[in-house]
Amino acid sequence: MKLNLKIWRQKNKDSKGKVHDYELDGVEEDMSFLEMLDFLNNKLLNEGQEPVAFDHDCREGICGSCSLFINGVAHGPERGTTTCQLHMRKFKDGETVYVEPFRAKAFPVIKDLIVDRSSFDRIQQAGAYISVNTSGNTQDANTIPIPKHNADEAFNAATCIGCGACVASCKNSSAMLFTSAKVSQFSLLPQGQVERESRVLNMVNQMDLEGFGACTNTGACEAQCPKGISVKNIARMNREYLLASVKK
Amino acid sequence: MDNGLKMFSINELAEFLNVSKKTIRRHIASGKIESTKVGGVHRISMNSINSFLNINKDIAQVDANINKELLRKALTNDAHKKNLFPFESRVPEGKMEDKWNNHKRKINLVSPANKRLIDVIVVGTGLAGASASATLAELGYNVKSFCFQDSSRRAHSIAAQGGINAAKNYQGDGDSVYRLFYDTVKGGDYRSREANVHRLAEVSTNIIDQCVAQGVPFARDYGGLLDNRSFGGVLVSRTFYAKGQTGQQLLLGAYSAMNRQVNRGKIKMYARHEMLELVIVGGKARGIIARNLITGKLERHSAHAVVIASGGYGNVFFLSTNAMGSNVTAAWKIHKKGAYFANPCFTQIHPTCIPVSGENQSKLTLMSESLRNDGRIWVPKKKEDVKKILEKKLKPTDIDESDRDYYLERRYPAFGNLVPRDVASRAAKERCDAGYGVNKTGEAVYLDFQSAILRYGKEQAYSKGLDVKNNSLVEKLGKEIIKQKYGNLFEMYEKITDENPYETPMMIYPAVHYTMGGVWVDYNLMTTVPGCYAIGEANFSDHGANRLGASALMQGLADGYFVLPYTIGDYLSSDIRTGKISIDTKEFEIAEKEALRKLSFFIDNKGSKPVDYFHKKLGRIMWDKCGMSRNKLELKDAILEIKKLKKDFYKNVFVPGELYDYNEELAKAGRVADFIELGELFARDALEREESCGGHFREEHQTKEGEALRDDENFNFVSAWEFKGSESNPMLHKEKLIFDSVELKSRSYK
Repeated sequence: MKLNLKIWRQKNKDSKGKVHDYELDGVEEDMSFLEMLDFLNNKLLNEGQEPVAFDHDCREGICGSCSLFINGVAHGPERGTTTCQLHMRKFKDGETVYVEPFRAKAFPVIKDLIVDRSSFDRIQQAGAYISVNTSGNTQDANTIPIPKHNADEAFNAATCIGCGACVASCKNSSAMLFTSAKVSQFSLLPQGQVERESRVLNMVNQMDLEGFGACTNTGACEAQCPKGISVKNIARMNREYLLASVKK
Repeated sequence: MDNGLKMFSINELAEFLNVSKKTIRRHIASGKIESTKVGGVHRISMNSINSFLNINKDIAQVDANINKELLRKALTNDAHKKNLFPFESRVPEGKMEDKWNNHKRKINLVSPANKRLIDVIVVGTGLAGASASATLAELGYNVKSFCFQDSSRRAHSIAAQGGINAAKNYQGDGDSVYRLFYDTVKGGDYRSREANVHRLAEVSTNIIDQCVAQGVPFARDYGGLLDNRSFGGVLVSRTFYAKGQTGQQLLLGAYSAMNRQVNRGKIKMYARHEMLELVIVGGKARGIIARNLITGKLERHSAHAVVIASGGYGNVFFLSTNAMGSNVTAAWKIHKKGAYFANPCFTQIHPTCIPVSGENQSKLTLMSESLRNDGRIWVPKKKEDVKKILEKKLKPTDIDESDRDYYLERRYPAFGNLVPRDVASRAAKERCDAGYGVNKTGEAVYLDFQSAILRYGKEQAYSKGLDVKNNSLVEKLGKEIIKQKYGNLFEMYEKITDENPYETPMMIYPAVHYTMGGVWVDYNLMTTVPGCYAIGEANFSDHGANRLGASALMQGLADGYFVLPYTIGDYLSSDIRTGKISIDTKEFEIAEKEALRKLSFFIDNKGSKPVDYFHKKLGRIMWDKCGMSRNKLELKDAILEIKKLKKDFYKNVFVPGELYDYNEELAKAGRVADFIELGELFARDALEREESCGGHFREEHQTKEGEALRDDENFNFVSAWEFKGSESNPMLHKEKLIFDSVELKSRSYK
């Protein structure tokens, strides 16, 4: 099949970018979206041109490297799917496809489709951990039974891959879904109780410092999250935050 | 008397070679060992032993010159201490169960006040790298961590699906440290270092405790306790898991431990940085040259020790289940600076991956081995059925039970679908080579969940008091259970193939997945370069010739949390007065220039073909000639072809863009250059190893039934290769393997 690609090209964070047009023939249905971009890059390279830069690594939907705003939707039209697992069979022959980077104040563009998501790391560094040293003498893993329901809920929150689709699809560029997923995981587990209050306060504080917006409950984040992280986590974080602030 | 004239009796020789007396007599009878009769009894000269063992010429000479007194000593006391290998493996003395504890008790420590004065570089932030960084920082060292990804959380350990082994025996099914140790040695086809494996089994239980304390949400049963499942090659359930995302959860646990230390200022994180050179000062590893992948600038980083945790080299095959960026560069650079590379030909081909679909495929996707708990693997019995399936005239679900060949259950009744990976992969290849492959490329077999769905469905219906004979109800209930267990894997399969695995069997085929080989390390995990360590998949030590499922996560975390942080102290204790290592020295300057020279070469080269062109070609050679089965002719061919490819690569590769800029093609060019060199060593190692063991199957060495034929008399060693310059051939050193606690047996899963 043949595609009309409109791809954002930008030399570096200080330069202005713009949309470039590429016509690409010979795209196969079984290609993933990133393989289609490989195919385009191969063509560009054979013509002696610079390839389109984009983030990618595991290509099995778990590392969270790939991003891309495809036709105005984070990770493209297929729900619950990262760009690397989106296949070209979801597109039509002759279709025009817009490819842009994730856009947010806290995600500056590095080059072409690559953005800097280190703000996410800094939110995690502010408190997303349980302070336990590696000693080899921690208590036996089965001494604290955890109700299956809580363990499963914590797990569901913990499956966030940190791709940033929630931020990119939020009109306020809010990182509430990302931050709340981690806060939820630990607040649901007995191990997370000791630092429960300081954790939520510090993480939310860092989130605000990074320049992410506020949440206005539109739910776009959940709808476009490739891992289906629930907005219930945001509600939980708000509750945790309120409680912690009052106790402070 | 001349040193070379010492004569051995049969008894002495049997003890020396660690074989039975009968074996020696047999070899004398067949003429393989030359013996002289002195007064009616056999006496064997050192020279005839050497020619029998076919030892590398240089080593043989060393041997002939060995002092007679020393030789006698070696023969009488502990024969295994006599080692022709030029480096000590430093395996501690004592009983197997006590070795690690004794070692920990005896090694030198660094006081907390002095740890603050010591810097450690860790390259890679997968399970091994992240856990090591976190633990070293907790102990008080100043850690600098490097990863090429945009965040340390994205290292490829994150993609591990199935689980992590630990000898907890929570299921009460007879598991123990010894059994985990034994299974791992046997699973590795007796090519791993016994003491390392035992240590791994010992610390396995600590790992689970540690991860739970960190808040890793493992799967639990309704009583709130941890759940387990079973993996290939074992008869107990000792695998802990978090649905199909165990690697993700464990890595995020280690990432959180790292974040805590970043927050404390004890870890300085360098994401989007790639290590390009190791810097050696005064014979010790003292730093690295890294390239900032955003600006393209080269940076000098110094430390008192360098830890390589950069993972495996499966991408030498181009198509593998590794991430696109996974590479051998860090490991290869230290190899070229003196670190031996061990067993490069030991590669794991994982049996359950989604088959290749087209020319433009960039990587292969694994379907967790845990699926073999409930999935049954089969191909049609009749070729006409295969033909009809390919013509789409017949669906797999239409094929009658009696016309299906569940070939693993047929060939290996004891382990069935849960045979180890190497065995399962070869069996699939055998069926497909015989013409029973079920997709258009002829390289696919079925993984079928129907009987598990019915089994679970009936259980559910029964326990809920519903009608067990209502088939559609039973199926519905069964599918729900399967969804709970493997939901995300099934979804992933459907996304990639556009087929619903709840309705029709999955199609799978083996693919390159893991590399057991890697940088040679001693018991302390130190390479042959003082102060340079290798941990996790990057080293060779624990899995022998084949890795069992759910053991990679275990090894990565064992090395990083519980082994390296102790053993590195032994080395660093001599560095407490060294002070900060300066980066303004000649050694750093030379290393930086060397890295710069290589990068500039690619930018200046006036070639016309993109990097991927060469990488794909290399992958083709490797898969065709060094893949699931190998033979002498093809391996020799592979070496020649790779040499040719190398020439072509340096002449014709095209790298666009600038050096001091974000330039992925430039980074890729450097990685592929290293893969090409590694590929050659890989083929050479496979050629030298004239036996079949684990993932290394030599067609010349098999039984009549097509099972692997190991040769313990001649190949019971670790191949450790020394780099001898790019123009000369590498040199092979052999670390003999001693099995004290486990009897060397041929591996049977029948």
